[in-house]
This record gives sequence, structure tokens and C-alpha cells, in this order.
Amino acid sequence: MYHKEKSIQIKNSASSLYNNLGVLRIGPRRLTYFTVVHANVVNMVSASWDGLNYSHRQLQSKEPNVATSTSLIIQAAFCVLPSRELLVVTSQKGIQMYESDGSIMVYWHALDTPETPTAQAVFARGISAVWDNYICVGVSSGSILVFDVPSKGSNITLSEVLEEHKEAITDMASECSGSQECIADLVSADDGGNLCIWKSGEEFQLLNKIHGFDMSCSSVKLWKGTVVAGYGTGQIRLYEAVTGILHAEVNAHARWIYSLDIAPFSGLLLSAAEDSLVRVWHLNMTPETNSVEVAHLHNECVTDTQICGAKFCDADGYAFAVTGYDLSEIIRYTQT
Amino acid sequence: MSSRTLPLLFINLGGEMLYILDQRLRAQNIPADKAKKVMNDIITTMFNKKFLEELFKPQELYSKKALRTVFDRLAHASIMRLNQASMDKLYDLMTMAFKYQVLLCPRPKDILLVSFNHMDAIKDFVKDTPSILSQVDETFQQLIEMYTPLSSGEFQLIRQTLLIFFQDMHIRVSIFLKDKVQNSNGRFVLPTSGPVPYGTQVPGLIRMFSCTGEEVNRLQFTNGGNYTAAVREGSFEIFGDRVTKLGTNMYSVSRPVETHMSGTSKNSAQHTKVNAAPNPLAKEELNLLAKLMGGLEVQKSGNTDSGFRVNLFATDEEEEEALISRPDELSCGIINIQATKDQQANAELAKIMGEFTESGDQSPSASSKGDDLLAMMDGL
Repeated sequence: MYHKEKSIQIKNSASSLYNNLGVLRIGPRRLTYFTVVHANVVNMVSASWDGLNYSHRQLQSKEPNVATSTSLIIQAAFCVLPSRELLVVTSQKGIQMYESDGSIMVYWHALDTPETPTAQAVFARGISAVWDNYICVGVSSGSILVFDVPSKGSNITLSEVLEEHKEAITDMASECSGSQECIADLVSADDGGNLCIWKSGEEFQLLNKIHGFDMSCSSVKLWKGTVVAGYGTGQIRLYEAVTGILHAEVNAHARWIYSLDIAPFSGLLLSAAEDSLVRVWHLNMTPETNSVEVAHLHNECVTDTQICGAKFCDADGYAFAVTGYDLSEIIRYTQT
Repeated sequence: MSSRTLPLLFINLGGEMLYILDQRLRAQNIPADKAKKVMNDIITTMFNKKFLEELFKPQELYSKKALRTVFDRLAHASIMRLNQASMDKLYDLMTMAFKYQVLLCPRPKDILLVSFNHMDAIKDFVKDTPSILSQVDETFQQLIEMYTPLSSGEFQLIRQTLLIFFQDMHIRVSIFLKDKVQNSNGRFVLPTSGPVPYGTQVPGLIRMFSCTGEEVNRLQFTNGGNYTAAVREGSFEIFGDRVTKLGTNMYSVSRPVETHMSGTSKNSAQHTKVNAAPNPLAKEELNLLAKLMGGLEVQKSGNTDSGFRVNLFATDEEEEEALISRPDELSCGIINIQATKDQQANAELAKIMGEFTESGDQSPSASSKGDDLLAMMDGL
């Protein structure tokens, strides 16, 4: 179904972090941007579609002042809003937002870091664009910071702090930005496997809370009102977001799941785990019976590699890219 | 990231160090009483109360440089001496072994079982010396109290922190190559077969449910591997079967300790560039060193008759050759406290070496003093 293409070499190897691959397709310029986190650096590659041009850039984590220790980056992700696209980078010290090509930092938000380290680590993790003008970022305390983003410029403000999760946020996802109307448009997941479903607005509304089973949910996606969640046990579960009804349960991987992605136009689901496997599934929603069908389509094994990032490169799922711990390349696959 | 990583890193690396030294002491036919003294001295220093107090405080992981210096000190806590090349090799073996164990742990929480395997072995090394044994037992209790309540996500954070520390290390270890757990490019073999972790199901089943919760369909898919059901969970108590073999002693007299130094991954050079940025927070690292050395007896030079040298290589010639041919990117610039440059530096050094008889309080005074000391150390 898929075959391997030429890999993209990156300057450093990928660190073992959840969802460690960012992909942004720039149609008008026939380019795709990729981001891979290595310790305190984000490696950015801009790849032309004809495969002839690659340009690299590195972004460093920002320290509030030089005297403090290096801040490790936890996640880098592209946020696509109707008016603009931003690259959000979260670290132990705070949240940096850049123009999507990484050229200018437009916003910095510092986390409350204690003077002396506490037993509970402090960091930001979990990034999602929501609706027209919000970017939400999770924090290790369980809080979710909601930023209001104007259509241009750097006048980004912290609009709200959502306090619902009690454990560190792991991942967040949304659907329906722009014109579409959705009941729920944001899902957040935490280290206890708990999922919160939200409706965005001037004040975000908590629509539902799906309780976990003491097992971390490391990656989550929202599509057609369905939450797709990947867990440390290697299981994937599909829930109806607003009601919490369990649609399907898949014993998908033999190790901790690190990344999930959905190609919204085709309903393809990509899952990747520390077991070296990337799997492609198909999701079929039947609104009449309020059911979801999950079919397994394809496996790719990245030998001797613990995968930490996997994303589709386009909305149809025609191609996907993969990163692995200690690997200095982005591996690409295209449909045959 | 996780502020609880350092104790596990230290204890596991220390455990591997003891396995290797134990094997070399026997291979070189060092008299039993001297060998025992070395093991006891090192373990006593490892479990020094003040040092452990410092170690167990919530903190970020130390730099590779600082940790290497700690282990240099530890290896020399007794009458045994190691040349530079042997110390380099010892450290390479220790780190690659623990990297292997961290990578191969089926679940992040299993890192604790690996640590308990090391602790069990350390207890066995000192089982005839009750005073040291009780120190080790106390630390064991501390580990249990601190780590068993942590969630799966918190263990994964610890594991991710360790993996950043071990990033891009691909030194080839002969015993791993022979056992086919490491490839010739230095990367570890990650099998897609064997038992799944405790708490995980064998991949292959898709279950679909109706809105009322009844299972309406079941599908099987090919998982692309050869997995079997999980085995029983190891014990997290002070005594018990850990089940996993990771963290147990893989060396014996018939399986000697060797390393290949050639053909290290070219990525290690790139990695060194990223880590070359000076770490301004090394003051905390100095605190740790100070506490460690506070627990060391000052080795008087008159002890040369009972002292002896251990070689991690088969011959002295090999050891010399290894030092000359060691790839630059692997030398992580050990802080050599012996060399000094000026009077002020000397005074700082003397303080650190514990020749001052002031009890305990080594907190860095005016920041300029700390900076001078750091500058001096970085310049060595």
C-alpha cells in the first residue's frame, strides 16, 4: 500500500518525546516544513515537493536569563488558523511562538518555574490550534493555557486558564476550525489517561470528561466528533466525544504509543509506537447507526527504532513521515 | 525534565561499574582481601549518607562531564588505580550497558526493576559487612518509597530524560555484539517478538461496540511480529523476584569485558557540537562533587605499597594504544582536579578536596568564586 521514499537527513537525531514530528504543507509554494525536537533544539527542514531543495534551520529554547540551566524542549507543533500559521515550541521554561517558517519569534510566555526544582517536573506539553483564533497549550500541572491570537502581529494574549486535569497534559487535538460548526472542538489528554472535551469560545466550556485507567494517554486526535486516543499500553480507543461512548478498542501495539495522526479527507489513521511499528488504519463513521468501523490496512516496520513521531504529509494520507529516537533522518512513505 | 532521574542514573551506572570491576579484579588475580577491600570501599562511598542526600534532592540531570567526574572519583575511592584509557573504557561500558537496559525495558516502570536488580547485586557484594549492608538497605527503602508510587506517565518522563542523556551514544560493546543484541553500527537490536509488557495485550484484535456497550464485531489483523502474552510482574519489594534479567550481571570470567573503539557513529560528532555549550549551572554539580569527596578518605601518598592498578584491557600495550587512538568526540573533557593554575584556584581546590575541616557547608559563597572555579575547571 505504501513504499519507502528517500529520507530527509536532519542535523540532529530525534529525542524520545511524544508526537515528535511537526508537518506543515505550504501548497502555494510547493513546500513542506518538518520539525523534529532534539534536546534543547528544534530542527526545521523545508523540503520542496520536487525533492530537489532542502533548507535547514535550528531554533533554540529560550532561557529567561543566561544564568539558569538549559531548558529542554518538550514539543514543537504547527498551529493552523484561518488567518495565519504559527510554530509553537514548548519547553521546561515556557512557550515560544514563531512565524511558521521559524524566522521570527512573535510571542513568549514564561511558565511559573520554582526557584529550586520540585519533585513534580515543570514543563509545557500539548499544543493545538482551536477554532478561528485560539492556540491552547497544556502544562505539567494539568492546566491548559488558552491564547487569543490576532489575525496578524504579535499581540497574542493569555485569554483563559482551564483547570480540569489534575495530571500532566500529554497531548491535545482539535477539529473544525473556520466555517464548520462542531459541537466539540477540542480534546485534551493527560498522564492518567483522562480525556476532557471542550467547546471553544470566550469562555471555554467543558462538555465531557472521559476517565482514564491510570495509564497515560500519550497521543490524541479528534475527527468527526470521535476522539481517537493512544495509550502507554499500546491500545487505541475510539470514543464519541460528547457522550463518552466507547466505539472501538484496538490492541494496536506491543509497546507505548508515541504518535497518532488522522488524514481528515480519507479517514486514514496513522499510529506509531516504541515497538518499531507504524500502522495505517481506516476509520468509517456510520452516523445512522452511530457506530465506527476500524479496519487495519498496512504495517511498516522501522527496524531497531523506537518511533517517536509519525504524521501524514497531506489531508488525504497519500504520504506520511516518521521519526525515531537516535535517528537523524525523517523517513517518508508514499502510497503505491 | 524529570527531577527524579539522577538517583536512578547514578545507582544503575554504579551497579554496572561494580560488575565490571569485580570481573576485572578476578581476571587479574588480585588477592581476595584486596579485591574485597576495593569493592567495599567503593560501595561505602557510593552510599555515603551526605552524598545520597544531595543526590536524592529534586534536580535536573547533571552534565555528562560532571557525572563522569563523579565516577572517576568513585572508581578511585580505594587502593585501586585506573589509567585514563581504562577509566574511559569502564565508563563507556557502564553507560552503554545502562542505555541498553533503558531502551529494552518493556515498560518504563521496569527501569525500577532494573535498578532493584543492581541493588540486589550490590547487597550481595557486601553481604559479609553488616555496616555497609545496612547503608545499602536504607537506600533501597528510600528508592521504594520514592519511586513505587509514581504513575506510568511519570516513569516514562524519567525514561525520556535518561534517553536524552544517552542520545547518540553508539559505542560498540563486544559482549553485546557477540550476543547479537547490538548491531555493528552500534545500534541496539529491538526485537519485534517475545512477551509483551505486563499490562499490554498482544497486538492483533479490533473490537467494535454498539452505543449500549455490546461488542458487535471482532476483527483480527497481522501484527507483523511474533509476540507472546506478558509474563508475570516483577516484585517491587525489598526482597523478591524481579523477573527481568536486565540489570543483572552479564559478565563472568569466561565472558570478558572488551570494547571496539573504531567505527563509532558519525552522529556522535554532531551531538558533541550541540552539547559543547557551556553549562552555567555547574555550581550544583560542584556541590555534588564536594559532598562526594567529603565522604572520601584523603588518600595519603604513603599507601603505594598496598595500592595496585587495574587494567580494563588484556595488556598494558593495548591500554596505551587505546588512549592514543581514542576518537576525540568521545573524550568528554573530564574535570581533572589535580591540575591547578593559580593560588586562588588552589585554595578552592583544597576546600573541595575536603582538607578544610569545616563540617559540611560547602554552599558556593559569592558567585564570583564559583565562576572562577568553573572557569578553571572548564579550562582544563
